[in-house]
Amino acid sequence: MIPTVALENVCCEYGAVKAVDGVDLALAAGEFFTLLGPSGSGKTTCLRMIGGFALPTSGRVLIEGRDLTDAPPYARPVNTVFQDYALFPHMNVRDNVAYGLMVRGVAKAERHRRAEQMLELVRLPGAGERRPGQLSGGQRQRVALARALINEPRVLLLDEPLGALDLKLREQMQAELKALQRRLGITFLFVTHDQHEALSMSDRVGVMNRGRLEQVGAPREVYDAPATRFVAEFVGAANLLEGELARRLAEGASCALLRPERIRLGPERGARAAGTVTDSQYFGSFVRLRVQIESATIAVDLHASAGPPPPNGARVGLHWSAAAIHRIENGTEDRR
Amino acid sequence: MSALALDAAPRPLRLRVSDALYRRRALLILLLLVPPMLWVGAVYVGSLTALLANSFFRLDDFTGQVVREVGFGNFAALLQGANVDVVLRTVTMALVVTGACIVLALPIAWYMARHASGTRKALLYLAIMLPLWSSYLVRLYAWKLLLAKEGAISWVLAKLHLSWLLEALLAAPVVGGHSLSFSPLGTFVVFVYLWLPFMILPIQAAFERVPASLVEASGDLGAHPAATFWRVVFPLAVPGIAAGSIFTFSLTLGDYIVPGVIGDSSMFIGQVVSLQQGTAGNVPLAAAMSLVPIAVIALFLWGAKRLGAFDAL
Repeated sequence: MIPTVALENVCCEYGAVKAVDGVDLALAAGEFFTLLGPSGSGKTTCLRMIGGFALPTSGRVLIEGRDLTDAPPYARPVNTVFQDYALFPHMNVRDNVAYGLMVRGVAKAERHRRAEQMLELVRLPGAGERRPGQLSGGQRQRVALARALINEPRVLLLDEPLGALDLKLREQMQAELKALQRRLGITFLFVTHDQHEALSMSDRVGVMNRGRLEQVGAPREVYDAPATRFVAEFVGAANLLEGELARRLAEGASCALLRPERIRLGPERGARAAGTVTDSQYFGSFVRLRVQIESATIAVDLHASAGPPPPNGARVGLHWSAAAIHRIENGTEDRR
Repeated sequence: MSALALDAAPRPLRLRVSDALYRRRALLILLLLVPPMLWVGAVYVGSLTALLANSFFRLDDFTGQVVREVGFGNFAALLQGANVDVVLRTVTMALVVTGACIVLALPIAWYMARHASGTRKALLYLAIMLPLWSSYLVRLYAWKLLLAKEGAISWVLAKLHLSWLLEALLAAPVVGGHSLSFSPLGTFVVFVYLWLPFMILPIQAAFERVPASLVEASGDLGAHPAATFWRVVFPLAVPGIAAGSIFTFSLTLGDYIVPGVIGDSSMFIGQVVSLQQGTAGNVPLAAAMSLVPIAVIALFLWGAKRLGAFDAL
């Protein structure tokens, strides 16, 4: 099956800086794919190369099998929801939403009808007469979404669209976006630096670092079995066991991952490791302890149901099942 | 205890004055506004009123004295053949100069706002502002040399075997003339040169306020670059274009030196005003004539507002 979007060994250089360095990626039809990475990792540049706002210095960009590497944005069956929404301030909401139809020459009555349909889809019916300046951040977000969807794109590109919203609204929009994507069956390519967003919304996640895709996989795969040190540390909280500790606790691996929430406290006897509590941080649903074991510090997440945490200075035994340890084979290889 | 002792000490006068002003914001604003209000009220509105009043008086032909009787003779004189020509000529020139400045300024302003950065942007600012630092008269006479029959422009065109082009332009009715420096075409060129900075800077400021993502969004939604320009870039530049047009239009309407130095002998409003109040000593007619630009600009602004030029402000 032809992928909806394919990047083939794509590079993008700005002067001496390699923003994107040899990325291969194929998005299946109807997939919710997230590019996750820190700022400057090249995820937005990848999105801009698919949208046509940046051109690759080498490699190919294919959309439904057609080579559109150097095509301008208006010639691509792709639409974008911009980080700052980019609503036209001199037009009302209806004209903003209908803009894509207007520049394609759709008659006024028809485009107004379809704009109203799109506004209903994003739960803003009747808002057509208002100006973007009169809307709240969440409403602008919905208008930007409606405007991008009215052209019925093969792929919707979303560039950190929820970044400007406060937490409650962001969580609500995450759920709505996901529901909308399921209903429409359009491929979504979502760019974010927020790992919670990436894990909770996506069918697949691609983790980017320094212009490269470090790992592509289902959220659970990326979280439980990170391919590299970077992925292990960037996605979720991580204890990376190295050197002597790794040899002892992870059966001779050079580097291993142990997630804080996979560790239980228990008696020192029979424990896999024992140490002293040096710090505890309260997060509401869990408490994160720092336990000193020899020269290393290990984070342990205690669920609220585990009762009050031991005080600082207490000796504790740490228990986990063998499956909790994930070996990172190329962990010591320094990619930087 | 020490805190109490401090409280007991009287605050210095300077601080008490500042406290009093801080409490009474209105008084502070009033104090700040007195000097400009005096200036605007007495000097500016006063002289404008004197001008308006003068335009209703008349000149006694025998004594050469201004007779302070209210009448509309001056305005009737404005509607006579020669004066109507002067007004139409000046307004047409102002409109054409403004149009040319808009066309020339848009790409320069876009480049400055969108593409130039750092040193290049600073150099562009300098290149645009630099002519304003030197005397207007020096630049005017420099242009006279450039445009003269034996000047640099006709020399370059001759070397390029394009003299026929210049001759064809100068042979054209209305705009043509003996040479570039003695034709309305030359006047137009120099006006555009002089006022272009006043058009570039406001448009550039307007473009600076247009986020790059708006242009990208337009292309993303399927608009060709031409559609993006007319639907997004131009409407958002209109406040800048309106501001720049007010400058170029009013500067051209009021100028009396350029058409005197470069152009054929046909008169512009400014020249008539200068002649009437200077040589002829007919201040009332000069006053009436100088009300014409004010009326035309008021009309211009009203038209611009009707077209929605200030909606985005």
